[in-house]
Amino acid sequence: MSEQAATNVPLSSLVPGEKGRISTIELPGAARGRVMEMGMTIGTTIEVVKVAPLGDPVEYKVRGGHISLRKNEASQIRVQRI
Amino acid sequence: MADELFRRVAIAGNPNTGKTTIFNALTGLRQKVGNYPGVTVEKKTGRFFGSHGEQMELIDLPGSYSLQVRSPDEAVARDLLLGRVAGERRPDVIIAVVDASNLDRHLYIAAQMLELGIPVVVALNMVDVAEERGLIIDLVELKERLGVPVIPMVAAKGTGIIELKQAVSRSPLPKPEQRAQLPIVFEREISTLAKTTGGGAEVARMDAMLYLSLDQQGLASSGLDESMLAAVNASQSRLRAAGIDPIAAPVDARYDWVAVICSAVIRRQGEDTEGLTLSDRLDMVFTHKLWGWVAFVAMMALMFFCIFTVAAYPMDWIDGGISALKDWASARMSPGNLQSLVVDGIISGVGGVVIFLPQILVLFFFLGLLEDSGYMARAAFIMDRLMSRVGLHGKSFVPLLSSFACAIPGVMATRTIENRKDRIVTILVAPLMSCSARLPVYIVMIAVMLPAANAFQSAGIMLSMYLLGLIAAFVMAWLFKNTLLKGETPMLLLELPPYRAPALRGIVQRMWERGLIFLRRAGTVILALSIILWALMTYPKPENPDATKSEALAHSIAGRMGHTIEPVIKPLGYDWKIGIGLIASFAAREVFVGTMGQIYNIEDADEENEELREQMRSERRPDGSPLFTPLVCLSLMAFYVLAMQCISTVAIVRRETGGWRWPLFQIAYMTGLAYLAALVVYQGGKLLGFQ
Repeated sequence: MSEQAATNVPLSSLVPGEKGRISTIELPGAARGRVMEMGMTIGTTIEVVKVAPLGDPVEYKVRGGHISLRKNEASQIRVQRI
Repeated sequence: MADELFRRVAIAGNPNTGKTTIFNALTGLRQKVGNYPGVTVEKKTGRFFGSHGEQMELIDLPGSYSLQVRSPDEAVARDLLLGRVAGERRPDVIIAVVDASNLDRHLYIAAQMLELGIPVVVALNMVDVAEERGLIIDLVELKERLGVPVIPMVAAKGTGIIELKQAVSRSPLPKPEQRAQLPIVFEREISTLAKTTGGGAEVARMDAMLYLSLDQQGLASSGLDESMLAAVNASQSRLRAAGIDPIAAPVDARYDWVAVICSAVIRRQGEDTEGLTLSDRLDMVFTHKLWGWVAFVAMMALMFFCIFTVAAYPMDWIDGGISALKDWASARMSPGNLQSLVVDGIISGVGGVVIFLPQILVLFFFLGLLEDSGYMARAAFIMDRLMSRVGLHGKSFVPLLSSFACAIPGVMATRTIENRKDRIVTILVAPLMSCSARLPVYIVMIAVMLPAANAFQSAGIMLSMYLLGLIAAFVMAWLFKNTLLKGETPMLLLELPPYRAPALRGIVQRMWERGLIFLRRAGTVILALSIILWALMTYPKPENPDATKSEALAHSIAGRMGHTIEPVIKPLGYDWKIGIGLIASFAAREVFVGTMGQIYNIEDADEENEELREQMRSERRPDGSPLFTPLVCLSLMAFYVLAMQCISTVAIVRRETGGWRWPLFQIAYMTGLAYLAALVVYQGGKLLGFQ
């Protein structure tokens, strides 16, 4: 159990090139729905593509599309590093 | 019966799917742009003929990721599809446009369309891109699984348009029967709730589902009555108790359904698709830490260069045309009030605004190019950090930047901002950016202030004026976001679509539509205000028929108003003559130069007129001291940087915000800010011992 918790990290802690599988989305209400409708559902593989020149937001690749999120929101999505 | 509509067809899909290209290919020039009643959302419709010549109406719905709405645009799309817009017939068919190269993400909204109880035709666009990436889509299987016609298309090349027309004109078109299956508990809650929502079975179901997926904030602003709210809340609690997240469940169900379909119909061939696409390579430059900025600055510089050079030619023609028109009218009308009204009031007034049309068109052209190519999303991506500091979104940046040329396209470009509060904040501060109409004022004032200024000094002062506007915009945006239009920094959920070659035809068409909106304003609001200003500056006429223009102006209402406001503007260092200039340039800033010319009896003065500059330099106060001291010039420039002196912008803001409330507030705060800044410059400067 503790092993699993250790691999469950915030999406914002991943660096470009790393991939994760979304395990939980802790964003409140409507924001959770919006993120999911863009394809980030539980179990989906997400890859960090690039950090914006000023350090935020971050570009992710999910279901073949490129979506960017701020670190603040990304820290409320947890993934299992793969 | 030529007017009888066979079918009303709505075209829907994610942004960047080529939806507009398909719309244009189907309708050609038979298009109409209007507004939905009561809201400021653009309504684009067109006509086309079915395969047997039936009249069809096509409605272009705003690009959307879901029926669960976030912006007013999306709300209209949803309401129209659910038949909730008063006076609008519910569509008979939906064309769901889907990007074949990114099927799973794009089938999501198509999956929602299938739940509406309206026949759906899937336009599977960009099959060529999919093939290039080695994706083979089994069309027969896809059609079978979705249970609706699927038309493979390459809309940019016109491939599949005829087949699409045939598909939507076929009779009868069956209602879709396949759809994503929700957990049974959820379906049960939906059917309970649907009994109270009314409408057709599918509409009631979708309504219920959308309500169940709202969070507390969404429910509070949904306009549902007490008993419905209670019912929704109870349903949501029951679902949560059963371990079902009412927000996530429908999304999960649709994506699961779509994933099953995709794995059945897509075959990958050859190379793994994980390799770098052209889009990825371009992004290595455009969002690079260093090159991204270089490219950004270069692109913006090119845009402004074109605005100030390319647009200068048609502006000269329009200028010449207006002069010729004035001469023509003067020659044909006997001198008198009517001639003066037509020549000095209407032609000069409207002409002075229409002259900016070329700049506005060039700007719209570039904005269209940036938008369609996919670059705009990158600009928002790299600028977001800066904008979020004042509580705005990366998307607010481009409207602000456009306003450096002209606030009108800037205000119209705010339509892409989803959050209404953020959109209003952006609109409120956009006119603080120094637009091209301020240039003549800056040029004259700098020349008067420093007769021997070298290019370096002039440019330095000019740049500080631009910076003043920019800083003011950011400070005010921050202030509005923290007071009047309080709200969290909006969440950024920005798609970076693949780069595409922009469709020139669509861009030119949109540019023209926006240009027409501007011209229509020029023909109505601006015409009326021009006449009022003319009257203010003409009546009452001086008793002495030989009075000079200057004396006549001093005698007019505007002249008296100049005297009246003198005590108010005296602390800024201005006299009543400058007061007349301020009043006259309420309509358009650049009028200041011509009005000052009129005050000093100089014929046809423009900003390069040396005589006017000399006259202003030698102007004395009653006590003999020079009027236009460097401090007065600076104070006047600061006033022009910050004041809202543009009726075209006022008119556009009224249109875009749907009422007089915001434009009036904007005039008030900007005038206050301008007064304050001019006061600080003049009085502060005097205290420091400057002149």
